[in-house]
Amino acid sequence: MSVVAFTPEGRVQVRTGKVELGQGLHHALAQIVADELGVALDAVDLLPVDTAHSPDMGVTSGSKSLEEAGAALRAACAELQRERSARHVGRPLPREALRVLFAGAPVFIHDLQPEGLLHGRVLHPPGPLRSAPAGALRDGDLLGVLAATNAEADAAVARLAAAARWDAMPLPPEGPHELPHLPATVRTVGEHGTPQPGVRRLRAVYAKPWMAHASIGPSCALAQWAGDRLHVWSHTQGPFNLRRDLALAFGLDVAQVRVTHVPGAGCYGHNGADDVAFDAAWLARRAEGRPVRVVWSRADELTQSPQGPAMRIELEAALGAQGRIVDWRHTIWSPGHSRRPGRAATPALLGAWQVAGAKPAPPSIDMPLAVGGGAERNAIPGYALPAWQVRCHTVATQRRSSALRSLGALGNVFAAEGFLDEIAHATNRDPLALRRELLAHDERGLAVLDAACRGWAGRPRRDGWGHGIGYARYKNTGAWCAVWAEVEVGAKLHVRRLRIAADVGLAVNPDGVAQQLEGGAIQATSACLLESAKPAHAGWADYPILRFADVPAIEVALVPSTEPSLGAGECSLGPTAAAIGNALFDALGVRVRELPFTPERIVAAIDEGTPT
Amino acid sequence: MKLSVNGREHAVDAPRAARLLDVLRDELGLKGTREGCGSGDCGACQVLLGGAPMAACQATLGACEGAAVTTVEGLEPKLAQAFFDEQAAQCGFCSSGMLVAAAALLRRNPAPTEEDVKRALDGQLCRCGAHPRIVRAVLRAARA
Repeated sequence: MSVVAFTPEGRVQVRTGKVELGQGLHHALAQIVADELGVALDAVDLLPVDTAHSPDMGVTSGSKSLEEAGAALRAACAELQRERSARHVGRPLPREALRVLFAGAPVFIHDLQPEGLLHGRVLHPPGPLRSAPAGALRDGDLLGVLAATNAEADAAVARLAAAARWDAMPLPPEGPHELPHLPATVRTVGEHGTPQPGVRRLRAVYAKPWMAHASIGPSCALAQWAGDRLHVWSHTQGPFNLRRDLALAFGLDVAQVRVTHVPGAGCYGHNGADDVAFDAAWLARRAEGRPVRVVWSRADELTQSPQGPAMRIELEAALGAQGRIVDWRHTIWSPGHSRRPGRAATPALLGAWQVAGAKPAPPSIDMPLAVGGGAERNAIPGYALPAWQVRCHTVATQRRSSALRSLGALGNVFAAEGFLDEIAHATNRDPLALRRELLAHDERGLAVLDAACRGWAGRPRRDGWGHGIGYARYKNTGAWCAVWAEVEVGAKLHVRRLRIAADVGLAVNPDGVAQQLEGGAIQATSACLLESAKPAHAGWADYPILRFADVPAIEVALVPSTEPSLGAGECSLGPTAAAIGNALFDALGVRVRELPFTPERIVAAIDEGTPT
Repeated sequence: MKLSVNGREHAVDAPRAARLLDVLRDELGLKGTREGCGSGDCGACQVLLGGAPMAACQATLGACEGAAVTTVEGLEPKLAQAFFDEQAAQCGFCSSGMLVAAAALLRRNPAPTEEDVKRALDGQLCRCGAHPRIVRAVLRAARA
């Protein structure tokens, strides 16, 4: 019988072993319980001590009762609170907010319609502006229109774009294989052990292209000035960072800027949300205190948003006499993976770089590894290797690179897990057995790997079918995730199934966790099959993403845990891409080391034959 | 011009060449139909015109004269309930289009297979990766 318990009527019954002598002890204990549980004092009932149901706490004497009984009740209340909160935490409770969404309610920033709203569009010419029609709103190279309706704004910006003239500034090629030839700074990210020469060396170059966030809803913002105070509504990922950069851009103190978050479509990182907030604020300055809404077009979204950058990853390993890895080197060429607002002395907002007298744009950087890194994320091996070294070249590109879901981890895990598979194949080791051996020190990693690969030994072998494994602990400090991919290569590569296993610590909402794991895996599948962003891509026809027909069957296995909760939003991307690449090799016997696995690349790999 | 939306007649004061999408959102205040691309490529703005699915960004007001328009706000609750029960959304921006496309499917095929559902939703893009749940939701609604 617990010493503190709620009754069905919502009262709190307390059983103590110390008696009330008129000294007010029970009243004081009730005060403690009321505070510990956050209930009204008059809802707490201290039961008279009764040998039938009270704890034996000896004699009520010696001025010790409050101290002993109080401590016992505080401990009991804390445990009761944990049990009460477990009514919610750990359960797949549905998101009630989805009810109104499915009824078509106006829940998005695009739906805000305050009194007096004006509609704006901003033209961000890709090169220096030569001429603009008279009457166009202009500042430096920036052009804009304001209109009374959304439709009129669309028409006005189309006329403006047709009439304006700017210098074309064709971008030089900056794909993964051009990166080593561009200006860069190099650093050693980490190293461990003493490299041995071994008896055999393997080397491979992996690559991933620029990728777009490709949000279904275009970026949108509202802004309104009241004198020299600015209020912005935005779906930014970083309201305080945006506020700081808007203040910089408009020469204000941060106290004069307010940013209110309103939901947009999924952004998956740093997309155009912050840039369009600048656009709205810039136009709103010319709107005499009226609120202005700017929404980007699909073409704006694809051509103007920052993008996840290309990466070139070189892996080298030395193998000892028994085929053991005695040296492992992972070298990255990549632009920085963060150009987010709020972190530099000048604003990181597109329009702010185009106004007259614009200050220089901050570069793309990688945050320090201690806070997650960027290009080097997940390059440091999570396996027990006797010696390894990771180096990173941060390449300066004209294309704007910034954070896209999992940052460098997608490329690094794809590359490292593909290379590990190559080593497994070269040394006649089963890919699962090799990974298990290298994870012997990591109990949770091993459990996740085993959960994903249950039944691996008996996997069905069919012509054109392949099976592959991918594993990583996100950021080396986050959630553990392993993926087993099953593919079929016929006329094209089809990802049939994914089994995803993850350890996210205590899963606050297991269904929410599963959603994030599935979502990340579907995006990675899309990256493997389809995605490579070019500067000229302006619509869905240019930049296709995965459709219903090509979505694999997905099974999620969460490893139960009461350890501290870990985020689940990004950990499945790298392992999924790696598993698909490894499954492709298993199916065809050829290794495609560059995303996406287009039919042309697969055919080229077959024609060339992969050196083993 | 008179426009019938979700069973109600509205007097709309917009040019006949106006996009149905703009009329719905800005004239009639029905924000559930969403603009994703403006070129008919993403499915976010699906509506039913006389029961047939179409992109509201590609339809003009004039073309809707005399036809009944159904938007997400006018669908039967059992579809939305099935989507809720399967928690078939993450950001939800694609959801309106998904619901309308699903409604169109179920009207012509009340007992679809999983393949039928995937084919019917082929024009509907989702970036968050809610596809498996959306398919389960449509199948669930069919059984309801």
